[in-house]
Amino acid sequence: MSLTKVTSQWNGPAILVEGVHKYFRNVQALRGIDLSVERGKVLGLLGPNGAGKTTAVKIITTLLVPDKGKVLVEGRDAIGSPAAVREIIGLAGQSTAVQEELTGRENLEIMGRLYHIGASIRKQRATELIELFDLADAADRPVKGYSGGMQRRLDLALSLVSQPQVLFLDEPTTGLDPRSRLGMWEVIRDLVSAGTTLLLTTQYLEEADELADDIVVIDHGQVIASGTPRQLKNKVGGDVVEFEVVDKSRLAEAAEAVKPISEAEPQINAEIFRISLRVGDNGSNALVETVRRLDAIGIHTENLGVRRPSLDDVFLSLTGHGAEEAEKTAKSARRKSKHGDH
Amino acid sequence: MSSLEISISEPLHIPSQPIGKRIKLGVSDVLALTHRDLLVWLRNPAFIFFTIIQPVMFVLLFRYVFGGAIPVRVPGGYVNFLMPGIIAQSAAFASFGTAISLARQLQKGVIDRYRAMPMARSAVLLGRLVADTIRLTVTVLVILGVGYAIGFRFANGILAAVVMLVLGIAFGVVICTVSAYVGLAIKDEESVGSFGLIWLFPLTFVSAAFVPVQSMPGWLQAFANNQPVTVVINEMRALALGGPLALHAWQSVVWLLGIVAVFVPLAVRAYKKAA
Ligand SMILES: Nc1ncnc2c1ncn2[C@@H]1O[C@H](COP(=O)(O)OP(=O)(O)OP(=O)(O)O)[C@@H](O)[C@H]1O
Ligand SMILES: [Mg+2]
Repeated sequence: MSLTKVTSQWNGPAILVEGVHKYFRNVQALRGIDLSVERGKVLGLLGPNGAGKTTAVKIITTLLVPDKGKVLVEGRDAIGSPAAVREIIGLAGQSTAVQEELTGRENLEIMGRLYHIGASIRKQRATELIELFDLADAADRPVKGYSGGMQRRLDLALSLVSQPQVLFLDEPTTGLDPRSRLGMWEVIRDLVSAGTTLLLTTQYLEEADELADDIVVIDHGQVIASGTPRQLKNKVGGDVVEFEVVDKSRLAEAAEAVKPISEAEPQINAEIFRISLRVGDNGSNALVETVRRLDAIGIHTENLGVRRPSLDDVFLSLTGHGAEEAEKTAKSARRKSKHGDH
Repeated sequence: MSSLEISISEPLHIPSQPIGKRIKLGVSDVLALTHRDLLVWLRNPAFIFFTIIQPVMFVLLFRYVFGGAIPVRVPGGYVNFLMPGIIAQSAAFASFGTAISLARQLQKGVIDRYRAMPMARSAVLLGRLVADTIRLTVTVLVILGVGYAIGFRFANGILAAVVMLVLGIAFGVVICTVSAYVGLAIKDEESVGSFGLIWLFPLTFVSAAFVPVQSMPGWLQAFANNQPVTVVINEMRALALGGPLALHAWQSVVWLLGIVAVFVPLAVRAYKKAA
């Protein structure tokens, strides 16, 4: 009896998902997902199109009810008492949910009203978020005229009006150009350093690597791998430094010079004079070191660069097929089940 | 040991707020969303077109193009016959905005965002309907002004005139609940725009809005006489120009309440399900 009173302060994980299944007609969107995110940590949910990322986010944020399983957010039951969960979460869904006719500031202030924040605090909060998301110049213009990146930033700002304890971002950078993506990462990192628990979905291993403490890879509604970014990348083989030697005759000499940097024997492609080095999760340092060593003995290179493992590499090594292919089989499975319908 | 496990896996119990507080917050949500919907409406040229320019165009078209060819037996001639009908017709078509706006919010994820917030499920729909009532009032008053300028006159006293306007607006709001359901069920702005409200055309044109029902072929009269638009327009005409009120009054009330009783629950259900 007294124990339940003590536990009014939740001491379990911020997000706890156990054995969640979800069917849409006869599409099995999720087939038994388990997730656990410690308070203040970032979980990257990684998967190709149709893997079930959005479905999982919608279930945890109370938008969908699972057919089976358990979902707790800060100890509150998303299925049994969704209203309690809604009080402490923020969600920026996959589509940019902003009101185009209104200005950025109006969007933020209406959100503040809907969270029942008093007028002066809500104005102040809007101004803070406008600053934080670098929207000051555009704040009083209709959102219609914003770039995609600005709209996405506003969308994220809207999900923060209530200062949620647990935040959900469904593909926050999809469709952004590389520069806007970097800006978005910056903002998300700031947020996380302030202690917010974050679940973010992405199709890019690089993004999960940049932002997440832990990564869960899902495919066809199932978890196929999980771990820290480092563990996952090591599973895949890590970063690769590659370059081509201009002077064909010095190929072997070059390979010898960079050998200490590589975790395995350097791979030499004699046809195009290319050397590839496996360098773990330390790509940029290894790149600098490679340049230094080759420079020291006067070897000229072409097409020098680091190749980071992509989602495709992860899929290739985990499932034996690429992400594209995973999507194709998912689609044909869906088609089949649709035919079965008639 | 087992007590520790219980403390980890038992969900927290968060008591919900007392009903009085919930109602107060609900009203505040509805007002916030009404405010938002009105701002959006005022900033969108297409909405202004639909709520003001199009209805006025219809008034002028019917008065000056078709009116001369339509014989009516009403004191004051066709313009007096036309005005109650066109007010009801415009109010019904104003529900276009309701359907389009809800479908768009659904498509853009705005409604998903609201559904993940601690907000009453009915607030988005109610806010929309309050905003629609204001929007409809503007439309109806503009049409009335134009009507007066081209010769329309109330002939049954001020009180009946006011009741007629209120009935016209109430009719529009009721049609908005149907459109709200249509918008939420179709979920796609473009589809709603192209065919979502096709049902409004037979309903408003095969009615007593623009021509006397007696001028239609017999089989069409059967439909025209027994559908809600005609019932409401007959009552509005009686209120504006004089005539027996009672029969169409209770028929109107039954129709309007009936439509609300069917379509509000449908719309709320579509809102809840539309994830
Ligand atoms: N409302 C729905 N009705 C029917 N099927 C659905 C519905 N929502 C999702 N699905 C199906 O469930 C599966 C998982 O979809 P989900 O949107 O969760 O994937 P995702 O990982 O978010 O993909 P993406 O990267 O494309 O956003 C897909 O096969 C999808 O077609
Ligand atoms: Mg998705």
